[in-house]
Amino acid sequence: MGHIKRFAADFGLPRMIIAVYLLGLFLMAPMTGVSFSGALSDVFTRIGMNGILVLALVPMIQSGCGLNFGLSLGVIAGLLGATVSIEMGYVGVWGFVFAILASQAFGAIFGFGYGVLLNRVKGGEMMIATYVGFSSVMIMSIAWLALPFKSPVMIWGYGGEGLRTTISVEGFWRHILNDFLSFQLAGHKFPTGAILFFLLVSLVIWAFFHLKIGTAMTAVGSNPIYARASGIDINKMRIISVVISTMLGAMGIIVYQQSFGFIQLYDGPLYMAFPAVAAILIGGAGVNKASLTNVFLGVVLYQGILTMTPLIFNAVLKLDMSDVIRIIVSNGMILYALTRKTKVLK
Amino acid sequence: MDRIKAILSLRGIGKRFYGNRVLSDVSFDVAAGQILGLVGENGAGKSTLMKILFSMPEIHETGGYEGSILWNDREVRFKGPSDALEAGIGMVHQEFSLIPGFSTTENIFLNRESLHKSVMTDIFGSRIRALDRENMTKLSQRAIDKLGVPLDPGMLVKEMPVGHKQFTEIVREISRDKVKLIVLDEPTAVLTESEAEVLLSSLRLLAAEGIAIIFISHRLREVVELCDWVVVLRDGKKVEEFPARGSSVKTIASLMVGREVETQEQAETRVYAEGKEEPPALSVERLWVDMPGETVRDVTFSVKKGEIFGIGGLAGQGKLGIPNGIMGLAPAGGTVALHGKPMRLGSPRTPLELGMAFVSEDRRDVGLLLDEGIDWNITFSAMQVQNKFLKPILGGLFQWRSDGEMFDFANEYIRLLDIKCTGPRQRVGNLSGGNQQKVCLAKAFALRPDVLFVSEPTRGIDVGAKFIVLETLKKYNSEYGTTIVIISSELEELRSVCRRIAVVYEGRIEGILPHTAPLSEFGILMAGAKDEGPKDESLEENLRNESLRNESLKNESPAAAVGRSER
Repeated sequence: MGHIKRFAADFGLPRMIIAVYLLGLFLMAPMTGVSFSGALSDVFTRIGMNGILVLALVPMIQSGCGLNFGLSLGVIAGLLGATVSIEMGYVGVWGFVFAILASQAFGAIFGFGYGVLLNRVKGGEMMIATYVGFSSVMIMSIAWLALPFKSPVMIWGYGGEGLRTTISVEGFWRHILNDFLSFQLAGHKFPTGAILFFLLVSLVIWAFFHLKIGTAMTAVGSNPIYARASGIDINKMRIISVVISTMLGAMGIIVYQQSFGFIQLYDGPLYMAFPAVAAILIGGAGVNKASLTNVFLGVVLYQGILTMTPLIFNAVLKLDMSDVIRIIVSNGMILYALTRKTKVLK
Repeated sequence: MDRIKAILSLRGIGKRFYGNRVLSDVSFDVAAGQILGLVGENGAGKSTLMKILFSMPEIHETGGYEGSILWNDREVRFKGPSDALEAGIGMVHQEFSLIPGFSTTENIFLNRESLHKSVMTDIFGSRIRALDRENMTKLSQRAIDKLGVPLDPGMLVKEMPVGHKQFTEIVREISRDKVKLIVLDEPTAVLTESEAEVLLSSLRLLAAEGIAIIFISHRLREVVELCDWVVVLRDGKKVEEFPARGSSVKTIASLMVGREVETQEQAETRVYAEGKEEPPALSVERLWVDMPGETVRDVTFSVKKGEIFGIGGLAGQGKLGIPNGIMGLAPAGGTVALHGKPMRLGSPRTPLELGMAFVSEDRRDVGLLLDEGIDWNITFSAMQVQNKFLKPILGGLFQWRSDGEMFDFANEYIRLLDIKCTGPRQRVGNLSGGNQQKVCLAKAFALRPDVLFVSEPTRGIDVGAKFIVLETLKKYNSEYGTTIVIISSELEELRSVCRRIAVVYEGRIEGILPHTAPLSEFGILMAGAKDEGPKDESLEENLRNESLRNESLKNESPAAAVGRSER
C-alpha cells in the first residue's frame, strides 16, 4: 500500500487520472466501433507531429528562462525556412533538408536577438516571451505580404503578390518523414519516420545535457548565483538555451507541416506555443526543471487525449462535434497545466 | 541620594526561536532619567530583547516569551507595538521608518496630526478633518527645541542628511506627551562624529527631564561617556551590569566577547609555515568592495603561503565584502596579487582559474544548487573550471559528463566529512544546515585550491558539524599546504584556528593581532576604539571589584542596585 502511495506521490495523482482516462478511451474504442488500430495510428501521427515542438521548450526551462511562450518565434523561423525552400523549388528529401537547414539559420538569428532581450528582463521572462510571440506573429503578418516571393504555388492567385494563408506542401515534401519506413498496422499507416526523427532529436538533446555546457546550463537554471560563483557566464548560457529552443521550434514546425500537409502562415504560429507548454506541464515539468521523461509522457498524454476524446465522443453521441470537443479538451488541459506548474515530477 | 524607583523592570526574560534559545533569564531595571547602555556582540540578543519589550508580532508568532515585564511596578503584557507606544515607550529603529516624501513635521505627527474642526466633519466624521498645519509646526518646533538639534520642520525627509533623519526619528518619539522611556537602537551608527556629539548631549538633556533611555550601541566609547549604567549581554544571557562611570571601553569589550580562555588548543595545530620566510601567497592592497551592507573601503593585508589567516569584526563592518570582492562576486577595485602576480578583479572565473576557491557565507543562495544532488553540488565548479569529471568524446570535440566519477567522488567526501545523507544523489535542499555546509566545503576541496576563502564556516550549524568543519580545514591546510583565509563573526572560532587575525571596522582593517592577544584587544578593535589610550589596568581592577559587589547585591532588589549606582 505504501508502495502504491509513494508511486502516486511521485507520479502525481492528476497525471495518473489523465493516464487512466486515456487508457479508458482506448478500451472503449472497440465498443464504440472506432477502429483501435486507426486510433493508435492517429495518436502516433500526432505525437510525431508535435514532439519536437514540445522538446523545444526543454533548453529554456533548464536554463531558467521559463516556459517558452514565445515559441511562435521559432515557428516563424520554420515558416521562413519552409517557404524559402519551396521558393527555390527544391522537392522531395532535398526540399525537406533545405527547409530545415534554412529554418535553423533563421532560428539562430531570431533566437540570439530573443535571448539578448530575455537577458534584460530577468524575472519576467514568461510575460515578455508571450509578447515576443504575439508581436513577432503580427510583424510577420505584414512581412508575408511584402516579402518578394515569386513561386506561383505560394502567392495569392489574384493579386500576384504576397503569400497565401495556407500553402500546400503536396508535391514538395508532404509525408516525407511519415512515409519513411512506414508500415501498415492493421490497415493503418504507422508514421515510423516521424517517430524516429523525434527520438533522434531527443537523443541529441539528451546528449547535450550530458555535456559540460549542458551541465552548466542546468546549473544556471537551478541557481544562477551559484553558477556565476562557479565562473559560468550566465547570460551566455541563457542566450545559447534560447537559440537552441528557437531552432528546435523551427525544426518542429517543419516536421509538423510535412505531416499536416500545409504551411499555415499569418496568425497560424499564434496557437503553437500553448499546446506545447500544456503538454510539457502535464508531463510533469516545472518552470525551471524539465526532463525528456516529462516531454515523452506529456506528448503521449496530451496528444493521446486530444486525439481520442473527439473520436470516442463522436462515436458515442453519433454527432460530429469533433472540433468543438477538441477545442474544449485542449483548452481545458492547457488551463489545468498552467495552474499546476509548481511541483516538479519525475 | 534617594532610591530612584525603577520605571521599567525586566524579570527573567527568555526567548526561544524554533527551539534555539536566544535569550535566557535576563533581568534589569531602568529608572526615570537614567540612561542605560545595552551592549553585546551581534546575536547577543539585544534586538530580540527590545522586540519583546515592544511586543513585536514576530515574538507572538514564535510562541511568546518567558519572564515578565514590569512597567511602573505593574506587570504588563502589551498586545503589540501600539500598546507599548500608548504606555509611553518610544523606539528609534535601526532602519529609518520615515516617509521620504513627507516633511519633518508630517513625519513626526503621522497619524496623530492636529486637526481643524469644521461643519463637514460633523457630517462625515473625523476622517475628513483638515490638518492644523500651523499648530503641528509649532508643536514639532517645540519638540525639536527640546532635543536641541538644528532641524527644519518643513524640510522633506528625502532631502535630509542621514543625521537629520535620525534626529527626526528621535523627535517623533519625544513629541509624544506621555513618553517615559525611549529605546535607541544604534542611533549613532550612521552619524558623523559631530552629529553624534550633538545627539549625545541632547540625550543627556532628555534624561535630565526625567525620561529614561535605553541606549544600544557598538560604539563603546559613547556608551562609557553617555550612560549611567551598563548591561552587557552575551549569548542571550546578561553577563554583567555595572555603572558606566569608572569602567573602560576595554573592560566592556572583553565582557562582550567573553572571558579569557585557555589558548592551549591552538598550540598543537601550528604545523604550517612556522618561521618560514616565504613570499606572501596573497597580497591585497587598497581593496574596495561595493557590497551592500558590507562595504569595504580601504583594506590592505597579505597572507603567507600555508597560513590560516582570520578576518573578524562585527556584522556590517565589511569583513564579508573582502572575499566577495576578491572572488568577483561584488564590484571591487584595488590590487590583489596571487603569488606576486596581480589579478584582475570583477569576474568570478579569474580567481577560480588561478586556483582560488570560496566557501560563501550565503549557503542557500550562492553556495548550493538546492534542487540538485550532492554529487552535482560538489563537482560542478571543478568540472566547469578545471575540466575534471569530464570525458572527451569524438576526439575531444565534446566534453561528456562522467556521472560515475562524480558519484564516486561525492561518495568519498560524504565519508570523509561524515555528511549525513541517503547517498550522493540526494537533493542538497533536503540536508540539514551543517551537512549543507560540509557539501560547500567539499565543493571547494574538489577544486584543490591554492588559496581558499571560507566565509562564516560555522554560521547556523550545530556543534558537531562545527567541529568537523574546523578540523577539516586544519587538516586540509596541513596536508596540502593550502593557504586559508577564514572570515567569521565568531572570534573564539578564529582564535582556535588562525594564527593571525585581522579585525575589520568600518571597511578598514583596524588592526591585525596574533591569536594569543587578549580578548579585550580584539574587542577594542571591533568597536573601533583603537585610540582609547593605553590599557587601563586599574580600571579593569575596579570593574572586577564592582562586579563582585554586584554579585553580593544579587539578593537585594534590583531597584536598590540601580539606586546605588546613582550615588
